[in-house]
Amino acid sequence: MKNTIHLFVKELKSYFFSPIAYVTLTLFLLISGFVFYLIFSDLVRETAMGMGYQAVNVPQMVVRYYFGWLSTVLLFLVPLITMGVYAEEKKKGTYELLFTSPLTNLQIILGKFLANLAFGLILFAGSALVMVPLFLSEPPDLIPLLVGYLGLVLFMAAVLSLGNFLSSLTENQIIAAILTFVLVLLLWFMNVFTQSGTEGVSGVLAYLSPLRHLEDFQKGVLDLAHGVYFLSVTVFGVFLTYRSLESLRWRG
Amino acid sequence: MIEVSGLTKYYGNFKAIEDVSFTVQRGEILGFLGPNGAGKTTTMRILTGYMPATAGVCRVGGLDVFEQPVAVKRQIGYLPENVPLYPEFTVFEYLQFVARIKGVPKADQPAVLERIIGRCGLESVRHRLIAQLSKGYRQRVGLAQALVHDPAVIVLDEPTIGLDPAQIREVRELIKGLGRDHTIILSSHILPEVSQVCDRVVIINKGRIVAEDTPENLTVSAAGQATLLCRVGGDEATVQALFAAEGLPGPGAVQREDGGLWRVTVPLDDPGRPPQLARRIVEAGLELHELTPSRATLEDVFLELITDEHRETPVETEAAPADPAPESPAPEEAGQ
Repeated sequence: MKNTIHLFVKELKSYFFSPIAYVTLTLFLLISGFVFYLIFSDLVRETAMGMGYQAVNVPQMVVRYYFGWLSTVLLFLVPLITMGVYAEEKKKGTYELLFTSPLTNLQIILGKFLANLAFGLILFAGSALVMVPLFLSEPPDLIPLLVGYLGLVLFMAAVLSLGNFLSSLTENQIIAAILTFVLVLLLWFMNVFTQSGTEGVSGVLAYLSPLRHLEDFQKGVLDLAHGVYFLSVTVFGVFLTYRSLESLRWRG
Repeated sequence: MIEVSGLTKYYGNFKAIEDVSFTVQRGEILGFLGPNGAGKTTTMRILTGYMPATAGVCRVGGLDVFEQPVAVKRQIGYLPENVPLYPEFTVFEYLQFVARIKGVPKADQPAVLERIIGRCGLESVRHRLIAQLSKGYRQRVGLAQALVHDPAVIVLDEPTIGLDPAQIREVRELIKGLGRDHTIILSSHILPEVSQVCDRVVIINKGRIVAEDTPENLTVSAAGQATLLCRVGGDEATVQALFAAEGLPGPGAVQREDGGLWRVTVPLDDPGRPPQLARRIVEAGLELHELTPSRATLEDVFLELITDEHRETPVETEAAPADPAPESPAPEEAGQ
């Protein structure tokens, strides 16, 4: 437990001592801020023109659309967050330090993964800033908002965990980033191409698509099935990483 | 303290080491000598628990490295050949992290860090980023990293590589000092280093141990090859006659040098030979220019063993044959 915390602290420090954290944060805040502005101004204009939104709570709609966009933006930032996690350690040779210290593989993996997730939470905190004006006018319901964020955290955990695994396969950050990006694209397409059907192959794909499982959270609906899905993917990613590290040690 | 027996490691089909066995007593400094690619690093990596062996047993302080890795790693400090540094950290932050993951109790950490920074001469750079350090300082940070938890066993893979002569001397002194209450394994292909620092030497070539003894014994066993080089001036007949009278090498052994001097190499089998020969040369009216005894060094032993190995194993499917003299053995050429 202590060792996991030491690695967690080191990993977070590493992020903020290198440009990666700032590039990711800046990109994310720029894009999410811009998206928020677009959604907000669109809705306001449509309401003003009397296009059928009079009955709805505008802030509520804004929050819902905003979450939809956030998840996509985050998805594409995951490669930036996870690419160096293991690849850089291998390249610098610091693997040898970690593997010859009194640590278990699981402590290493959890420390790194939790640091990734913490960085994700920092991004979310930044994204929440734009909501302040909403609360100044007509506050949206707090519960759906929190459920939405919970969904995002679970979603990030699942994708980051898979990204960590891909980073453990190579000692080249760029290759790790590309692999993760391909994975992310696949997940995104899975969502786009299964919009219509829920039968057969597209049904299976729809079930596997993390963005699908996020939809209910974004509507403010808390469904245990989706939570279980995200947690299973996260554990699966951690398991693959564990296997990958073990195999690396056996191969030498 | 360290028992290694029958250690074998394959990388795929490539046999990196085969049946490596040795023991190291508490407080002993063992030198691990061999050309590049001989299997030194592989052995050290198995010993430190970085990777498991294909076969064989490795015990540190009575504990099996493979069975109880965490307990063993607590007792070992390891400096790999590529110093494992985080360039974005300062020296202090880095050592603090290492102290934490090596399990130094939180209350002891400040004192431990101060001591290690002092011991490795890092005061002046403690708040510098590792990325900005010179090779010499990086190597010292690596050494500090290996010593920070005061381990009973210290494993150093080429600890003086890339240091300047003054630093090499400092590091050697440091290692000798550590040898008093630590068990040390040190690998090197710099022979003077091993002969100066180590109590015992293991010579490894192509994954197998070819010799194991103290540096003194290794050189004594090759003492039959000690020779005496004479350079004298005078006429050829006198020179030939003199050496023939001494019962020394035949006519062919006397060679003429460019400067007109005669050069003869005679075996040095009797310690009384040099003064005796000097007197004879002077009495014969010749000019004595040089009389140099050359004793077998660890380097000769090493080269002999390595080349013997080459002869014994003529067919090897290895990609690159190991170079017997990978780098100049003179440490003075290693620059900063």
